[in-house]
Formats: sequence, C-alpha cells, structure tokens
Amino acid sequence: MKSFWKHYRFLILRRLSQITLMLLYFGGNIWGWKMLQGNLSSSSVLGVIPLSDPFATLQMFAAGAAISMNLIIGAVIITLFYMIVGGRVFCSWVCPVNMITDASNFLRRKLGFNQIQKRQPATRSLRYWVIGLSLVLSYVLGVTAFEFVSPISITHRSIIFGVGFGWAAMLVIFLFDLFILKNGWCGHLCPLGGYYSLIGQKSLIRVDHDHEKCTACMKCKEVCPENQVLFMIDKSSEQVLSGECTNCGRCVEVCDDDALNFSIRKLKKEKNNEINK
Amino acid sequence: MANDRRKFILTMARSVGLTALGGLVWSAYVDEVTANKLILRPPGALKEEDFLKTCIKCGMCVEACPYDTLVLAKPGDNKPLGTPYFTPREVPCYMCTDIPCVPVCPTGALDEQSVTTNGELDINIAQMGTAMVDTKNCIAFWGIQCDACYRACPLLDKALYLEYDKNDRTGKHAFLKPIVNSDFCTGCGLCERACVTKKSAIFVLPREIALGAVDDHYIKGWDKADEKRLKNATAEITHTKMNEKSAMDNLNSFNLEDF
Repeated sequence: MKSFWKHYRFLILRRLSQITLMLLYFGGNIWGWKMLQGNLSSSSVLGVIPLSDPFATLQMFAAGAAISMNLIIGAVIITLFYMIVGGRVFCSWVCPVNMITDASNFLRRKLGFNQIQKRQPATRSLRYWVIGLSLVLSYVLGVTAFEFVSPISITHRSIIFGVGFGWAAMLVIFLFDLFILKNGWCGHLCPLGGYYSLIGQKSLIRVDHDHEKCTACMKCKEVCPENQVLFMIDKSSEQVLSGECTNCGRCVEVCDDDALNFSIRKLKKEKNNEINK
Repeated sequence: MANDRRKFILTMARSVGLTALGGLVWSAYVDEVTANKLILRPPGALKEEDFLKTCIKCGMCVEACPYDTLVLAKPGDNKPLGTPYFTPREVPCYMCTDIPCVPVCPTGALDEQSVTTNGELDINIAQMGTAMVDTKNCIAFWGIQCDACYRACPLLDKALYLEYDKNDRTGKHAFLKPIVNSDFCTGCGLCERACVTKKSAIFVLPREIALGAVDDHYIKGWDKADEKRLKNATAEITHTKMNEKSAMDNLNSFNLEDF
C-alpha cells in the first residue's frame, strides 16, 4: 500500500485536483455554489475574485474587442499564478482534457503502440505556430478563433453545462492521441499549453535530476508526456527548466532510485554556487 | 552545409504549408459557425458582431438565470459554440427586474449600461429581439377569440396590443388581432411560449433580421421629433436632362422588336 501511494501519489493528487475543480464548477452551475462560478475560460471565486484565461483574453484583444477591467484583473491573476508555480501546472493539475490524453497515452504504453510507431511525424513546436495562427485568425475573422474550436472549452463546458455532441470532440482527441500521434493534442498542438509553456519559462517549482542516483532505467522518459524536457537523464545533474514540463510529477513517482524530485528553482542555484566556492 | 540549408528551408516550408492548411480549414469552420444570426441573446447583449468578439463563453449568465432560460450552445446545437442563447418556445425570458444575468458578465459582452435607466437596471428597455405575428396562422386573425399572447405580454398594451376589427364574414363578430409594437417589445418570448397553436404563430426574431430600415430622406412631417432632423439637413438637388426629342419622335422611333 505504501509503495502504491509512493508510485501514484502525484497522479492521485492531480486527478483529485482536476475532479474537485470540475465538481466545484459543476456545483456552481447546478446547485448555485459560490466557491467557483463560471468555467475555465472565466470564473469568479466566491463571487469576488475574477479569474480569466489569459490566452482567450489575448485573442479578444486581437479580435478587436473592448477588454473590461474585470477581465484584465482575472487574466493577470492567472498569469502571475502560473508564472510562479509552473505554467503547465494548468495542463496536468487543472485541465480536464489531460485525463483523456493520459488515458490514450496509458493505452499506447500498455498495448505497445509506441513500439510499432517509434518516430513521431510532427514537431512539438507546432503548438507555437498554432498560437500565432490563433491570434492571426482572431484578428482576421474578428472573433476569438481558438475559443470556437477549443476541445478544452468544449470538454469543461460539457462537464459543467451539459454535453450535447461534446463527447465527439473528446473522442476525436482520444483517438488522435491513441492512433495518430503520441501526445498529439497536449504535446504538439494545443496552443493553450504552448502559451502556458511560454509563461512558465521562469517558474519556481521545478523537477530536479540527480545524476549520481540515476540508474538509467528510463522509466521516467517513457512515462513523461513531454520527454524532450528530460534530456539530462543519465547525463548530468540539473533541474528540468524547460517551460514545456507540465510538473505532473509522473517522473518523480516512477523513479525507483530517488533521482528525481520536486525542488525550487532559486534555492538550487544558490546551493550550486556554494559548492563552486 | 548546403544540405543543412536545404533541410532548413524544407522544414520551414513544411511548417508554413501546414499552418496555411490548418488556417484555411480552421477559418472556414469558424466563419461557418459564427454566421448563424438566427439566435436570441441574453438581455443587454452587444451587437452580434461585437458579442462574438467579447463573450468569453464562461456561462456565468447561464448560472445566474433563475429560470434556466439561458443555455450555452453545445456542439450539435448549430449555434456559435459556447455562447449563451435562449429558445422562447421552450423557456422564455421572464424579465427579472434585477436582471441577474447581466452584471455577472466579466467581459461586458452583456452591457449593463444598455439596460439601465437613471442609474437603475431596467429590463423593460432590453432589446433581445422582437416578436412577429404570422397573420395566416394566428387564430385570432381567423376570427376566433384568443388573446393568449396578449395576456402573457409583460408590457401588455405597449409591446403587444389588440386591434379591434369588424368580422365581415359573420357580420356580427369582432376580430381581436394581436399587433406587436417593436418600439417596446423586448423579445422576451412570453407570447411565443403562450401561443396556443401547434407551432407558435407569434415568435421572436433578432431585431436585425426582423426589422426593416428606412432611408434618411423619409421624414415623418407630422412628428415634431422626427421633423427636427430637417434642421441641419443639407439639400442635394439633382437635375435630369430633358429629352430633346419631341414625344412624337420618341413614339415613331419605337422599335417593335424591342418587345
């Protein structure tokens, strides 16, 4: 039991966090709970603190909408939060689509798809192109372009406000990730993830790799949804500083050698300096 | 070296190509889904064009609505995805005096000012749409007594009134015809909900679709307010040249083959 907890603690906590947030939003709509109202695009905490999706706000700006003060405050709060805790903490601890793509990824590993399809035919920087495209299309069409197709919005709205044909969008993501491209949506295409990657460049909470303890079993690289960020495994002791790391903690919990752990960016640097002295 | 450059150029070309491909498909889709103008928005909504820019699709208006009138467009509803709307025949807007759906809007897509008179929220000036009567299928226009819509109207006798008319068919009965005054109609749809016919003969449409528009040069001379528009008007006088031929010539040169 203890080892189960050790091996799945972050996964369990993440699911708990994702489900709790969705439940609070759901309760906000159905039972009138005040804790969190709205959805991931924009919400209000206890009817006072505004929270807004900064990427949606950016698209509104590109589309030429008049931006309200409330929206700006909400977007700034969210931006600051993810700047500190790691941009893509949103992806792995909040976003409901993560559960879908994790399921695809799990099946991929279990069924052995990764063995028959080793090479990925697409680059992970595609998402930054999609960000650019979102803003250009928002400007040209005069509407928030990504918000009208976003499977993230479709998914959380489906959960909170009723599903309609929303399940089809979820299924598309699931099948795409399972059969076409490993980590296809979250790791290659999603501009929101890309946006949070950019925001989280300098975030404080980072995974730390200890080369001394590493036995090069590569379990971490296999389970990591953004395994390009783990380039230092079995090479050098350093922190995972890439903004593309989602801080999901899967690498930390699958590591049997205690070579990976969460740490704080700045402290680590100071320690290094001391050693160097 | 040359090979590297070639590879770089090809990679870039591939990315640009993919972006163009994605962009075209994406914009075609968005253009299609946002083209649906047959949609009734919550009170205080900006013009549809601005509304689509400004609404962040958070659903707080939907949550605030005590009657579950408002819903967010789901995939399959064939409406701009995620935006709030209502279907009066199912659940009309009950025109709450405190308009809970409007002040909660975080982006101003629902504009509080547009439903405020003298610093107080006033639902009676909302313009969600306007009701139209299908006079062919309204049984009141047949001569059957029915004033269901009229009684349902929250702005009774202003937005919806009855016009009395003689029924010549029987010679002794009256028509009580419901007439909408779009100056006052808020488009709440209580009439549409109340209509007794199988498919409602009175229904709400967005104002841009339902209403015509008159050119500037038509002025109601009998209406003092409208007459004022003449005050600063500038005249543009146009002359059409007279035909120099006589009328007779014109007739004689008439070519039958033109017919």
